[in-house]
Formats: sequence, C-alpha cells, structure tokens
Amino acid sequence: MSFFDELGRYLSSANNRVQILGDLGDHVYLALLPLVIGIVLAIAAGWLGHRWAPARQVLTVVANLLYTIPSLALFVVIPGLIGSKILDSVNVVVALTIYTTALLVRPVLDALDAVPPPVVAAATAVGYKPVRRFFAVELPLSVPVLAAGVRVASVSNISLVSVGALIGTGGLGVLFTDGFQREYFSPIVVGIVLTLLLALVVDLVLVGSRNLLTPWTRVGAP
Amino acid sequence: MTIEFRDVTKQYPDGTVAVDKLNLTVEDGTITVFVGPSGCGKTTSLRMINRMVEPTGGQVLLDGKDVAEGDPALLRRGIGYVIQHAGLFPHRTVLDNIATVPLLSGWDKGKARKRAAELLEIIGLPVELGKRYPAQLSGGQQQRVGVARALAADSPVLLMDEPFSAVDPIVREDLQNELLRLQSQLGKTIVFVTHDIDEAVRLGDKVAVMRVGGKLAQYGTPADVLRHPVDDFVASFVGRDRGYRGLSFLSAEGVEVKELELVEIGSAVPASDGWRLAVNTEKQPRGWLPPNSTVDGPLSEDDLVAGGSLWVRGTPIRGALDAALSSPASLGVVVDEDHRVLGAVVARQVLDVIEGTPQAS
Repeated sequence: MSFFDELGRYLSSANNRVQILGDLGDHVYLALLPLVIGIVLAIAAGWLGHRWAPARQVLTVVANLLYTIPSLALFVVIPGLIGSKILDSVNVVVALTIYTTALLVRPVLDALDAVPPPVVAAATAVGYKPVRRFFAVELPLSVPVLAAGVRVASVSNISLVSVGALIGTGGLGVLFTDGFQREYFSPIVVGIVLTLLLALVVDLVLVGSRNLLTPWTRVGAP
Repeated sequence: MTIEFRDVTKQYPDGTVAVDKLNLTVEDGTITVFVGPSGCGKTTSLRMINRMVEPTGGQVLLDGKDVAEGDPALLRRGIGYVIQHAGLFPHRTVLDNIATVPLLSGWDKGKARKRAAELLEIIGLPVELGKRYPAQLSGGQQQRVGVARALAADSPVLLMDEPFSAVDPIVREDLQNELLRLQSQLGKTIVFVTHDIDEAVRLGDKVAVMRVGGKLAQYGTPADVLRHPVDDFVASFVGRDRGYRGLSFLSAEGVEVKELELVEIGSAVPASDGWRLAVNTEKQPRGWLPPNSTVDGPLSEDDLVAGGSLWVRGTPIRGALDAALSSPASLGVVVDEDHRVLGAVVARQVLDVIEGTPQAS
C-alpha cells in the first residue's frame, strides 16, 4: 500500500479527524496563550530595564539563562515549583510563557531604545506623565522593532508545544508520539504539515496586525 | 505672564556648572532670546522654566509663582514648547499632533480636532495636510506644525529651543517672519533659544547673551547689545559685522528717494546711455536694462540683468544701504509694501544719513 493511500485512509476516519482538530485546537491554545502573557510580561520587564540601567543588566542576563534551560527539563520541573499535576497543560503554558518572556526582553529593550529621544522629550514637554507617555508614545513607536521579536517568539512557541506531548499534554505533538509508538507515518506527516501551516498563518496574522498598528511607517516622503 | 529667574543655578553631580546664578526677568508679551555659544547653558535655562531640568539652586517664577510647586506635567500643559526638528509624534497625524495638549487636558476629541484645524489655518498650512503623517511633510512644514502644537493649549508662555536651526536659510527666514506675524497678533511671552546672533537680533525684543559656564554676559535690547557690548566676549560674539547689523535699528529718515527711469516689459525701448529698471504691468521690478543695450522688438526678461535686493520704504536703513550696494546699477531700488517701484537710493547719500545720525541710542 502506498503512503498516500495510507494517509487517505487515516484522514478518512472521522475519529482521527476529530482527534486531529482537537490536537490542533490544543496546540493553538498552548502556543498563543503564553505568547500573549509573555508579550505583556516582557513589555513590563523592558519598561523597567529601559528606565533603570541596573535592572537592564540583570534582565538581559536572566533572560539569556532562562532561554538556555532545555524545554523538556522545564516541563518536568515546573509541577514541583508551582504544585501542579505532572500532566497538567498549565505546565506547558508556564514554561512557554517563561521562554516567550526571555526571548522578548531583548527585543522590547531594543524597540524602546529605537524610539527617537527628541520625540520622548517632546512628549514630556507637552505634559505627558510617564505611564501615559509610555502607552501613548513610546510603546506605539516601538511596535515595528517589537513585532520582529514577536514573530520569532510565536514560531518558537508553536514548535516547542510539540515537545509537551512527551510529558502527555495536548497539541499536535500527540500525533508524533502516537505515530512513533505505532510506527505509523500518517499522523506524523499530518502533525508536521499542520504545525508548519499553523506557524505560517500565525505569522501572517502578526504581520497584518503590525501593519494595522503602524500605518505611519508606510507613507512616502513629501 | 512674566518669567523671573532668581539666582538660578544648575550644577550636575560631576561638578559641571551649566547655569550659574542667573538673574533675569522676561517681560510679559515680549520675545526674549537666549543666545550664546554651545555650553553656555541657554537650553538648560530654558528647560528650567517648564521643569524639564530642575535647578539645583534658586527659583524660577511664573507671574511670581514658583514653578517648583505643583505637578510638572500640569505645568507643562500650560507652557507651549517647540524644539529643533519639531519633535512631532511620527505615529500621529498632523491634526492629532496639534490636538495633543487639548486631548491631554481632557477636551473631547471633536472639539480638540476643530481647534487643531483652526491652528493649521493660523500657521498657514492647508487643511488637507491635517490627515498626513509628519514624515509626509517638508522640514519647514513640520516646524510650523510644531509651533501649532505649542499654540494649541492657548498658553500665555511659549518656549522655543532652536526651533528653526534645522531648516534651510530661506525657509528659516519665512518661519521667522511668520513667528513675528503671529506674535504681533497673539502677544505671547516667548523665550527663544538660538546660537545665531542674527536670529536673536531679528526676533528678540530683548537679547540675553550667555557665556560658557552658564553666566549671563549681557541682557538688553538687540540695539543695545550690538552698539554697546559690555565686554570683549560679547563684542566678539555679536561679531565683526555688528556695525553693519546695528543699522537694522536705525530709521531711514533723511534718505532721499530719487526718480528712476522705468521701462515696461513687453513695450518697445528707445536707446539710452543710462541704466533703466524694467518693471511688469504692476510696476514691480523685474531686472535692469544695461546702458546702450539694443533691444529688438518688445522688451523681454531675457534682455535684463538680475537686480539686487529691494528696500521697502519705511523699514530700517540697513535695507537701503544693502539695496544700493547690491544693485548692478549702483541704484538701490525702493519699493512700497506691494513691491511697486517708488524710486532709487544711492549708497553715498545713505552713508551721509548714517554718519549724520548720532550713534548714542
């Protein structure tokens, strides 16, 4: 039997399709929730580091260290740290939130550095208080640089969620473990293709959002 | 509103003194220019008015009230501020940039935008520009928007930190004229910082010359500073041409306007051995026709030699002398406010008037 016949039979089963869709849904949730939380945390950390040089030093070192921890190790250690069950998907969410934050601290700092100082000075001079100035001027102007970092983090998350399947949480990684155990290639191929497609779609959505948020970057000179 | 500096000092933690015991009063409704070389503390002094910089000694008073009291953000919303390169928000449209302070002060959006559109008109920009982003404007237009943003709050005080130094000389002159025109209508108390003594003299009702180390060297009217510099530093800073610049403050009373032979563009021209000024149908000067030139058919602009500067009658004598010296015919063209020719002046006679004018102010 050829590979494509096998794939066709695998996909023709309603049970399989339901499982695949369920895994895809889990994957989206497990990858994107940490992305959102991580963006918020990284912006908060970046704000601190941008304002206060000692915090910047500590943050960049800690972020680098956190990102070097192997993902599987983190998935296993987290239940002990936060008291969750070993198979709880919250472990994956927490671990990926840590990675996202670690990955984004640097881009957030770079993005805030890229905001022209005279513009920030002008904002202060017209009477913005620091917090409002951050959200009204500094953050919107940092979006172009920040978006590049978020795109990397989103791809990284989508790929890392698969590892979670090894400790039994959901996501498209389940198709890999399933396929390997049964020496059955179809779920593995479907898992790979869907992971790639998901990464592509999320990236397109991110690029679209960036463009919506930064109309001023695409206007011509006079 | 008057602005008073009382023994104001700014010393940085490393010991550098940026401003040293500054005592100075900026009168209500006037333009006061802080001028001096880099490192003289002029910008620092300006920024202590809206607390972008906090003094380490002394007080800055706005109408007698210490600016150090109260919330700096609220203080700043009541003080217009214009900086070099305009400092516009690149992510906001021109209209929203201008509406910044009204929106911060809690106006509703419609009212703030309406006010912004009015200001766009006041500063002489077409309303269509309101929808554009700052990157879509020229440097001069951006600077005008910067001024409009500072005016939006309708604050009595305007601080301008080298606002025109990044634009080319022609645009700069336009902006300076525009500022003087606005000021004649609005009567704000303006503090203007520049390193350019010409700009200082042109714009200032009063000029404060500062020296490196943050000391006030001289404070007076531009005429005073140019004619009676208190020491060698001020004398060298106001420059070698100060005798000539001083003419900007002399009236041209006594300058004789002579009759001038005119020829109209498009008409036939008889031969002549003297310089003749070509004018258009509005009697505005277009150029000079040299002596003994032969013109076949009607006079066209191609037959002409470019003219020198024009002197508008009633303006200071410096313009009359410059018009005479820059004219190829040695005849300075005198015009009225609509640039219609009134006659000519000669340098010799203008100099006689200058020499006959007592130099004491």
